[in-house]
Amino acid sequence: MSTVEASPFGEPLAPAAPLPGLGRPIRGPRALNDDWRRFWHLTYNIARNEFKLKFFGSALGYVWQVMKPLLLFGVLYVFFVVISHVGRGGKPSEQFYGVQLLGSIVLFTFFAEATGGAVRSVVDRENMVRKIQFPRLVIPLSVVLLAFFNLMMNLIVVLIFALISGVQPMLSWLELPLILVMLLLFSTGLAMLLSALFVRARDIQPIWEVVSQIVFYGSPVIIPLEKVRETLLYPTAPHQPKPFLYHLYTANPLVTVFQQFRHAMVTHATLSAGQALGSWAGLIEPLAVVAAIFALGFWVFNRSAPYVAENL
Amino acid sequence: MPDPSSAVPPIVVDAVHKTFRVPEERVHTLKERALHPLRRSRHETFDVLRDISFQVNRGEFFGIAGRNGSGKSTLLKCLAGIYGVDRGRIWMDGRLSTFIELGVGFNQDLAARDNVVLNGIMMGLTPREARRRVDEVIDFAELREFEELKLKNYSSGMHVRLAFSVAIQVDADVLLVDEVLAVGDASFQQKCFDVFYKMRAEGRTIVFVTHDMGSLKRFCDRAMLLERGEMVHLGEPHEVADRYLEINFAHAAKQEAAAKGTQDDGGAIGDGDRGGDGEARVLEAWVQDADGGRPASLPQGQRITLNALVRFEVDVEDPSASVYVLNDEHRAVFVATTTREHDQSGHFAAGEEVQFSFTFDNVLAPGRYSPVFTLAHRGTGLDLIDRFEGAFSFIVTAPEALGGVIDLPVQVGIARAGQAPPTGDAQASPVAPLHSGARS
Repeated sequence: MSTVEASPFGEPLAPAAPLPGLGRPIRGPRALNDDWRRFWHLTYNIARNEFKLKFFGSALGYVWQVMKPLLLFGVLYVFFVVISHVGRGGKPSEQFYGVQLLGSIVLFTFFAEATGGAVRSVVDRENMVRKIQFPRLVIPLSVVLLAFFNLMMNLIVVLIFALISGVQPMLSWLELPLILVMLLLFSTGLAMLLSALFVRARDIQPIWEVVSQIVFYGSPVIIPLEKVRETLLYPTAPHQPKPFLYHLYTANPLVTVFQQFRHAMVTHATLSAGQALGSWAGLIEPLAVVAAIFALGFWVFNRSAPYVAENL
Repeated sequence: MPDPSSAVPPIVVDAVHKTFRVPEERVHTLKERALHPLRRSRHETFDVLRDISFQVNRGEFFGIAGRNGSGKSTLLKCLAGIYGVDRGRIWMDGRLSTFIELGVGFNQDLAARDNVVLNGIMMGLTPREARRRVDEVIDFAELREFEELKLKNYSSGMHVRLAFSVAIQVDADVLLVDEVLAVGDASFQQKCFDVFYKMRAEGRTIVFVTHDMGSLKRFCDRAMLLERGEMVHLGEPHEVADRYLEINFAHAAKQEAAAKGTQDDGGAIGDGDRGGDGEARVLEAWVQDADGGRPASLPQGQRITLNALVRFEVDVEDPSASVYVLNDEHRAVFVATTTREHDQSGHFAAGEEVQFSFTFDNVLAPGRYSPVFTLAHRGTGLDLIDRFEGAFSFIVTAPEALGGVIDLPVQVGIARAGQAPPTGDAQASPVAPLHSGARS
């Protein structure tokens, strides 16, 4: 009945190469497919629809999207800057501290939305996963893309705030795309990893909420990097320097991203990422972390993608 | 789009095997996993598809039939690439569109227009193609006035219409359809049928999963029957439908027998279903075809006989015997009784065994029937001696289910005004071939 010879018992999955006289082999669901255009259209349109919903769904739409980081900024500013005097030591690196703080908050908001939103994404779109064939990676990537749209809107607010505060446009603003690419790759890697793991273990969600909090305080959002460096590397006696802790701190790619944003976008009085890491060669470490997370995330997601529909 | 006359078959399935691994206790959290590290490997495997091979030809309307849990939907999902297969291979030629469920990915908070575009993209259109087709889709769904309405304000019928319209607007060469035809109101259903006919006429290939034998026979050129993950038949739709009814019947009979086995220990058969004073008992009832055989399924158009063997316990004068033929909806399709012709059926002595039979031309619509025999005293027929129900059922098969309760021989005339309608010779066979080969 079939035009092909029956495969011997126990033969593995279909070969990738098409056989003459037959159509293309159907290989079951994958993380990616050959049709990049469709992949992009799907990711983009899902993210765009979600964005539209947020934008037009509630009465104040866009206002809420911008208010979220602004409110957080307000709270942190009052408690840390006004009351605790963080960033008001009169050091040159503390110039435009408010802009530095808001910029970091906006970048962190992207990170939190992209990773936190991705955790449940595959499970929440169960209906799609079980009923249609599409490259599975579309789901976490559309979450990251949605967070990216929000980031763009928020960065406009940061720009306005910076100009009002008196920040001068600089040539180094051209570094922004590079900074964002690093942030994007890191967040995407985690988004893939978390969404795949959540299918198997549901407690990834609370765990990630805690980790996300730790990362928030472990990055130069509120406490300036210069302060951390001073305390850990050049402590006033009787403390011993703790280079290991500082090393651990700078291994976090977000430290590089946030610090370079402060340096390149706000004021050169802050340390650049290179200075913070000792030398530009030191950048290899956070970049290696980004590459490793991205590769791990893709590998885990790719491995679980064929069985996601059955394991939900 | 591939050449319709291309020799490449659109679907080739070779020795496909699919197993689901079902963990005995689903471990969902790390804590459970940490507490019971050794439990992880425990799971049952469960073969959903075993060694399925078939080929679908271009322009064919191919049916996959089976009972619930037979694996037919899983097979469709494997064809669609939603599930991977464990062994075997599948090849597909041409653009594929799946109707596993209508309206997948619809967002309730978005207007119809946005959902149509998104759904089109999901099914493989480019955004430009999808946007170009929006008007066409909305017109087909007859939802022009509601296109800006959010989907959550749609009625379920409108929802389904929109979803179906989206699905068929994709220029697919191969369509995989999972029981979505039975949706919408009658006029929309008619539209859907028209679309499927048109698609087949255009040389598209359609694979159709169903457990409704009526639509299987109406639509499909060829069909396969799945039972417990195995392909038990591949061939003409009416053969498949007959096998399906047989398998279903065997299954139901087994269940009935099992239920009875637990019910009566030594009591009379089916006492729960009986009534009357017990002055006589129906011992046995069966259906017989024209050749005297006792098949489980009977083709429409033959003469069949319903028999009941009755044993009289005491002397009874002129009893009346009746048979009620109930269809699957428990509605009496017809009733036959001895009082019509034998008002005085005579005297029956205690200990006598008598066979009552009712012979008729089988004009019953295809389906399952269960006769009920009753025996009553002379008079109104309400004074019951015995009532014999649920003892057996039989299946009527026909090449096509037209939808009625019975299929009477019909003489069809078509005459233009001014012409005398043709008077056909009234020698119609017991059941006229109404379905005159349009699709056989």
